[in-house]
Amino acid sequence: MKNFGYTIQNDRQIDYDKNDTKLYDFVAESEKSIRTCIFCGTCSATCTASKFTDLSLRRIILYLKRGLNESLKKEIESCMLCGKCNLACPRGVNTRNVILNIKRGIEHYEL
Amino acid sequence: MIIEGKERIWKDYQKDIAEDNYYYARSCIRQNFFPGSEATFLRILISELGKDVYDDPNHTTCTGIAYHSDIVPLETTMTVVARHFALMTSAGYKNFVPSCITSFGLYTEIIETWYEFPETLEKTRENLYKATRREFEIPDNLAHTSDIIFKYRNEIEKKAKYKLVNKKTGEPLKIVEHIGCHYSKMFPHKGIGGAEYPYVLAGMVDSWGGSVIDYPERRHCCGFGFRQYAVKANRGYSISCSKKKFDSMAPYKPDMIITNCPGCPYFFDRWQYALSEMEGITYGENGNGIPAFTYEEVAGLVLGYDPWDLGLQLHQVACEPVLDKMGIDYIPENKYKGLNNIDLGKPEKATHLKFY
Repeated sequence: MKNFGYTIQNDRQIDYDKNDTKLYDFVAESEKSIRTCIFCGTCSATCTASKFTDLSLRRIILYLKRGLNESLKKEIESCMLCGKCNLACPRGVNTRNVILNIKRGIEHYEL
Repeated sequence: MIIEGKERIWKDYQKDIAEDNYYYARSCIRQNFFPGSEATFLRILISELGKDVYDDPNHTTCTGIAYHSDIVPLETTMTVVARHFALMTSAGYKNFVPSCITSFGLYTEIIETWYEFPETLEKTRENLYKATRREFEIPDNLAHTSDIIFKYRNEIEKKAKYKLVNKKTGEPLKIVEHIGCHYSKMFPHKGIGGAEYPYVLAGMVDSWGGSVIDYPERRHCCGFGFRQYAVKANRGYSISCSKKKFDSMAPYKPDMIITNCPGCPYFFDRWQYALSEMEGITYGENGNGIPAFTYEEVAGLVLGYDPWDLGLQLHQVACEPVLDKMGIDYIPENKYKGLNNIDLGKPEKATHLKFY
């Protein structure tokens, strides 16, 4: 293949009719409050671990909704389950339980 | 496509287009990319429709490319545009017809700026007078050349030798219409049909017998975008944009793309070659690409002009499949012959894209 000195970037568009929602559905079944998340980022702002690592719960839930399960797998390992995000969430999402269920789902589907 | 809904929207976006006496402003880049197109516009208007068109040799660039690349400031651009209007005024014309979509967008933007900020108009008049001793009038009517062809699309249809129909099957050709971003995305009321569902090219296709394809990325940019292309390292953005369009339209199996901007047909054409060389992809049938034409070229084909007079040999994606489908009579051996049978030379054969 020829090299013209520039490359083609892959389209990062997420098609919500085709994305892989099995992990999100698994989490939402046992922790329904995840459906009320508005991605405000309060959880990420208050997170202690995010100051030292790449952890962002807001991004993890976004990945989850988009079906980008591979991307969230590594990031979620930094969570210490301290629950500060749980106290700060303005929508009352049980974020701690969300993280626990994501971990269960990863195990369940062997992702 | 739900036609009733579109027609309702199109009714809200109509514009006045002058009947005759046009001052023609050529494009900088169309002359080089597809030189037959502007010649065909003049041929149709003057010879077929008997209109008065003044093709001014003193006309210069509108500075659009430099302006959008942040090289030329708006004040300078306004003064250059004012000079064009001064040329039109001194030639005794009032209807300004630019061939380029970027110029059309820029003229519209400048006239709107002068309308909203009259002190800017006075400053431009002063700048122009100081620089050239010229004075100007703002055009009574500003229309893009595709607006003119749209206006006379039914007259062209009456003189048509061919239709946008597959001669063998009798089915209308499936056509992707692509409008240049600067046509109506900046000022929706200045374009026929507005920004979301422009009718200017769809109207031509409807009149000439084709069928317009509605596909997900229909209003997406072709990938030209001056800053994307002007710097070589940024061209990945440009080709990725075009690829997104091709990937979106390909499942509908279009027979051709019709465009009204200088950049769009060029990038649709050349990037199909580049994509085939870089990734081995071709978007048409049997290793062919999807030919990308200007509206003048399509009008010329419909009117029965020789495809090689229209300059179709300058397209990297071969036009022959469409010519064959329409049943157009052409001489393949003449493809690379210029005026007075001068040999133009053959381009290098592409690795994947079919070559005729």
